[in-house]
Amino acid sequence: MNVVVCVKQIPDPADPGALNPDHTLKRDGKLILDESDTYGVEMALQLVDKAGEGEVTLVSMAPNGEVAGLRQALAMGAAKAVLVSDDALAGAGALDTAKVLAAAIGRVDGYDLVIAGVESSDGYTGVVPEQIAAVLDLPSVGFAKSVDVADGQVQVQRQTEAGYDQVTSPLPAVVSVTAGVVEPRYPSFKGIMAAKSKPVDTVTVADLGIDSGIVGWSGAGQEIVDVAAAPEREAGEVIEDDGEAHVKIVEFLDGLKVL
Amino acid sequence: MALSKIWVHVEVNEGAVAPITLEILAKARTLADTVEAFVGGSADGLAETLGAHGASKVWATGDLGGVLQGAHVGAALAAAVGTEAPDAVFFGTTYDGRDIAARLSVKIDKPVISNNVDVELDGDALVVSAPVFGGTQIVKTKFVAGSPAIALFRPKSFVAEEAGGGAAEVAELATVDTGAAGAAQVLDRHVEETSGPKLDEAPVVVAGGRGLGEADKFGMIEELAKLLKGAPGASRAIVDAGWVPYALQVGQTGKVVKPTVYIAAGISGATQHMVGMKGSKNIIAINKDPEAPIFGVADLGIVGDVHKVLPKLIEALKAR
Repeated sequence: MNVVVCVKQIPDPADPGALNPDHTLKRDGKLILDESDTYGVEMALQLVDKAGEGEVTLVSMAPNGEVAGLRQALAMGAAKAVLVSDDALAGAGALDTAKVLAAAIGRVDGYDLVIAGVESSDGYTGVVPEQIAAVLDLPSVGFAKSVDVADGQVQVQRQTEAGYDQVTSPLPAVVSVTAGVVEPRYPSFKGIMAAKSKPVDTVTVADLGIDSGIVGWSGAGQEIVDVAAAPEREAGEVIEDDGEAHVKIVEFLDGLKVL
Repeated sequence: MALSKIWVHVEVNEGAVAPITLEILAKARTLADTVEAFVGGSADGLAETLGAHGASKVWATGDLGGVLQGAHVGAALAAAVGTEAPDAVFFGTTYDGRDIAARLSVKIDKPVISNNVDVELDGDALVVSAPVFGGTQIVKTKFVAGSPAIALFRPKSFVAEEAGGGAAEVAELATVDTGAAGAAQVLDRHVEETSGPKLDEAPVVVAGGRGLGEADKFGMIEELAKLLKGAPGASRAIVDAGWVPYALQVGQTGKVVKPTVYIAAGISGATQHMVGMKGSKNIIAINKDPEAPIFGVADLGIVGDVHKVLPKLIEALKAR
């Protein structure tokens, strides 16, 4: 059972985000592993453990050869990583990202399953996993709240508006997982030390056989024309609870005629 | 200057057209001379509603026999847009909407832009608006890759409005062989029993966060929501912690809600959360930290302990 996990290294959400003058997200500081991706890494590790053989390979795309976030996932137990790092990717949209990640996945020998988070915490387009499946011409099951593999099939509980669908798909397949699907492990000290020497295969767009002229800004097919502050919402009355704050809430609700 | 034709994806909930589709139809009518709809499945019972909301035609694949929609409807659309040439294909940010839009974009090699809350025309180019950084800024993006533009819109971005048309004409959206890509099958559908209104349609939403302290305390949120005939919601923190399912998550990576009243209990107001609820008409926040960002958007802020305020509020409402 070999599992590829797509992970994204993002600016620390604790720091306020900022845009470059060309409207791309500033990503030149230290990047960390997107918390949304820790669930996919954990799920992959559990599936490989259960199968009793195989390994987890990470695939990521980031500027400046950034590996800090990848080391976090390697410390959790992934065996190795493929990192695509290329200045040509600045301004890449979801479709370019999917094409590049799909090509990187193609460098991994004999994978059975590709796992990704439903959406990243910074770009949150929510379409990349399904686009990767489309590029690789694989079946996919998105929005998984539970994943199991047996007899060459992946069984998924897929989130729906009304509840969930029990879905089955032959392997290889792409599955996107929701947050909370499993409890991500904390890397052990041993894991952190071991991660430092695990292989990270850093490649360029050209190494993947993709023309750098069709990705990034030149290939995005979209142009940011304006960035403006959203209308501010005014703060209202703030009171300290003196034991009677609930009365104030009831009065407020009464005034809105929702009771 | 208007576009000539926009296609809108039909999301179906329990056999009826979902509100998000009607919202997008209303907006599409203001942008194009002709608005048509398409659905992965049968058009039975949908054509009248769609027609009344301005769609002159509905393209339907017919029953798909339990496959997941993404690959199949995406491939069918890719074939159809070649001959029918819509200027744009609009989707709601729903589970199937995202899957179909993603497959379509790869098939026809056009970008898809997600999370939009508005759209306008600049000459004959579409420009979409999406919130970034927790809704503090709005980014406007123009499609420059040629038609069709593929855009996903968040719920409640527009107001649904009937246009008074007759039933939409039903046409066949021909499916194509998708090979291995279309092999995912739905074996069984589980409907989770919810007694109250849907989270993104409820007039009142009561949401809980980490300030509740432990999973069991979410019962207070559910009880209060029930008393107010509303829906319970949650911050990402307690969804990640496994206290409540993802379906309850309000925020950038969850549902966007715009109820008449939003009550945030024990939620500090991370930007991630705010983008999903800042559009509420009235916001009540209860949090013990007076510096919590949620107070910056609250119409009524209570600096206090949710474990003290909520039980008293519940008792006061029960007594009425």
